[in-house]
Amino acid sequence: MFDQWLEELEGTRVATAISESTWAFPTIETVHVLAIALVVGSITMVDLRLLGLSLRRRPIGELLVEVLPWTWISFTVAVISGALLFASAATHYWGTAPFRAKMLLLGLAGANMLVFHFAVHRRLPAGATTGESALAGKISGGISLCLWIGIVGCGRWIGFV
Amino acid sequence: MKALIHWLGNTGLSNSIKTVTWIIPGVQVIHILAISVVVASMGMFDLRLLGWAGKRDSIAASAARFLPWLWGALLVLLVSGSILIIGEPERSLDNTVFQLKMALLVTAVCVTLGFRGLLVRDLSAGAVDLRPEHGLAAKLVGGLSLCLWVGIVTAGRWIAYAG
Repeated sequence: MFDQWLEELEGTRVATAISESTWAFPTIETVHVLAIALVVGSITMVDLRLLGLSLRRRPIGELLVEVLPWTWISFTVAVISGALLFASAATHYWGTAPFRAKMLLLGLAGANMLVFHFAVHRRLPAGATTGESALAGKISGGISLCLWIGIVGCGRWIGFV
Repeated sequence: MKALIHWLGNTGLSNSIKTVTWIIPGVQVIHILAISVVVASMGMFDLRLLGWAGKRDSIAASAARFLPWLWGALLVLLVSGSILIIGEPERSLDNTVFQLKMALLVTAVCVTLGFRGLLVRDLSAGAVDLRPEHGLAAKLVGGLSLCLWVGIVTAGRWIAYAG
């Protein structure tokens, strides 16, 4: 069932146009890399702050409000461009280990973010800097940093199999 | 150039980089992670120069916050990039897109260094931040730097496809 859906996806006009064109894939891939650079770079700022390694004088809440809109916009661009790249050879990518690992790590990064948001951040008093739940923040920031390094690693690895 | 590529490609270091299969992908991952740091920190700084984000901080504070990340990440990029060049010199050195990338990179670094010089001069002359008469220069530098870095990332990815 799912395999058939992947084949249908690969056979859509958009997917065949991308795989048959010489410039479409590299162009979409360039957009994907730029978007990922912004996602990873902005998340790293938040993670380093949570770990207490940078921007220590600035309240976490303030940093989140400033940085996260950029993260989400870039993430949306990365998902759309990534979906187009995936569609161009869906059956191939689905069968590779690094693609599956990347999706798994992305899921874990999302779960980590939700846990941090609902279980830790929302319970902080407004304007809190450090102190309250600093350890929870550090754990969440450290996990996030490792997961995103893994996501970039798997992403690059997809191109080699 | 051909002789250099031939010599570099036959050094012991180049051969070990080529034979150990995980070195090139591994170093590319480090290279991409360092590019993320540059793109995000320069993006924030350039947007501040343009006056589009982070206006709560002075330009001097923004420079003090983000430029150290730029220099640190550039060092990582230089080392990881050099390993990739030594491993596959014919893929990069002889490639027009690679040469374009290097030209854009040198321009971007010079633009930022030049602006930093201007800022340091204003500050050491007793100003609290960049002097208002240099506001247009800040906007131009911010816009130019942003375009240059998008160009550098784009050229970097296209080395694999064109040239």
